[in-house]
Amino acid sequence: MGMNDKLTVLNPIGFAPTVTRKELAPRLDTLDGKTVYLVDCRFDDSDVFLKQMQAWFAEHMPGVRTVFKPISSVYLKDDPTTWEEIRARGHAAVVGVGH
Amino acid sequence: MTIEAQYGVPTVAVHTDKFDRVVRSVASVNGMPGLQQVFVPQPVMGKSARELRAYVDGNDPLTGRLVMQEVIEGLTRPFDDEDLKPVEFDRSTPRLCAPDTEENLHRLFLENNWTDTLPIVLPTEERVAAMLAHTHRKADEVVGHMRPTYFREYWEYTVEKVAVNAVMAGARPEYLPVILALAATGASARGSTTSSMAAMAVVNGPIRHEIQMNSGTGAMAPYNHANATIGRAYGLLSQNLQGGSVPGLTYMGSQGNNYAYNSVTFAENEERSPWEAFHVQQGFKPTDSTVSVFTGCRSTAFTLGLREKHWREHVRNMLRGMDPHIPPTLLLDPITARQFIDRGGFRTKAALIDWLYDNARMPATEYWDYQLVQNYLYPRATFGEEPWASKLKAAPDELIRMFRREDIHVVVVGGETNGYWRIMGCTYQKTVSVDEWR
Repeated sequence: MGMNDKLTVLNPIGFAPTVTRKELAPRLDTLDGKTVYLVDCRFDDSDVFLKQMQAWFAEHMPGVRTVFKPISSVYLKDDPTTWEEIRARGHAAVVGVGH
Repeated sequence: MTIEAQYGVPTVAVHTDKFDRVVRSVASVNGMPGLQQVFVPQPVMGKSARELRAYVDGNDPLTGRLVMQEVIEGLTRPFDDEDLKPVEFDRSTPRLCAPDTEENLHRLFLENNWTDTLPIVLPTEERVAAMLAHTHRKADEVVGHMRPTYFREYWEYTVEKVAVNAVMAGARPEYLPVILALAATGASARGSTTSSMAAMAVVNGPIRHEIQMNSGTGAMAPYNHANATIGRAYGLLSQNLQGGSVPGLTYMGSQGNNYAYNSVTFAENEERSPWEAFHVQQGFKPTDSTVSVFTGCRSTAFTLGLREKHWREHVRNMLRGMDPHIPPTLLLDPITARQFIDRGGFRTKAALIDWLYDNARMPATEYWDYQLVQNYLYPRATFGEEPWASKLKAAPDELIRMFRREDIHVVVVGGETNGYWRIMGCTYQKTVSVDEWR
């Protein structure tokens, strides 16, 4: 076979699942008077970071009620109890910190 | 993503900037490219409250805009057409690459991140067909599903796709049943974790001799063709069949890991072991051929033999050196395996594991302060999961067990040139029949 002869080879890549678009939640008109959950994913000192964000809200936007909320277990587990609480009692969420 | 999509709560996700590409990619393949994401500097870990307040008050390092301005806008700014546009992009995988010269195809495979950067064997139709002749399974049969990390989507792969990667690794066709069994575990040898894990594969049963695997001198590399190429195939098939292993995108291992080149693949030295084989411990018959997969291989402790006076202390010291989040698997040369019987009277692997379980201890206060314990075990303890919930009740100075008994394993490997042995920190995943893939 010469150097310029062409070969046919197989593609080594697997099969990706179909991507289905998911709806994003409608945004709020304002945060004033609303409850924002600061959701701690309990990884690498994310709790310390979110408590600083909570302090920022208290200083700069006192009309916003914040709730510091650690997830129930590790971030690898779904946490429907926490998500239900936030839906029932909150208006928005900040989740962190993804490392 | 769950709270936004399934519970309808407007959400902003905060990440460190090193994860820019990966989190945008994960959001996109989960159908949420418009997910609101804000970035702060890496690292958060270990920073003081004052330093993290500076992150909050400061700018997103990727956009240069104020972090809190982006957080507030992310929760209140109405979505525009760009955020809501349909998610449609071509993710189909053609069976063949466009015909090209050998040199150009090697470049294509390298540039597409389809290799481990070492030269590969091009998977021509003839070579793949020869590989497929060594299994009774159909080429289009689905073998399994794999993903590089928890938040990514599972990709699917067939027998032919596994064979393609086996050819690339330089494996001989008769190795294919072992490689298919590895693929069937669904356990990736190319996890995306920042901790730079590698996998380990232990082969048991008659297949070891049929394909001339090495369980003796130099078994753990680089002195046996089957060990080397089966392990390499496991790595290549993992990265290619799970949707990639690209630094910054689908691989985030901060330091990388040399073990990943051949996934620490070897045969257990059943003939020279004084104990039952690993696959028999897992419920298989001695005449079954199997492969067992471990993940999370990073840490290794090492010594020579077992000294008469202080062997217990030496082994305890080795165990204390392991991160308590990652359980120990002892890799014992047959000489040392027999020494464990002579010194400690461990007539079975189970008896040795009992001793290891009871002797791997550290003060509770030190245990709970490990970062990985904080990240992965403390949350489970507070959720009430055992045994961690009970450990949480221990006094700070109480010596608590570092590992669960069921996570500790023993494998015999080596050629008895001396009694060296090591502890591999790793997590056993599963044992799969090779015979079902012949």
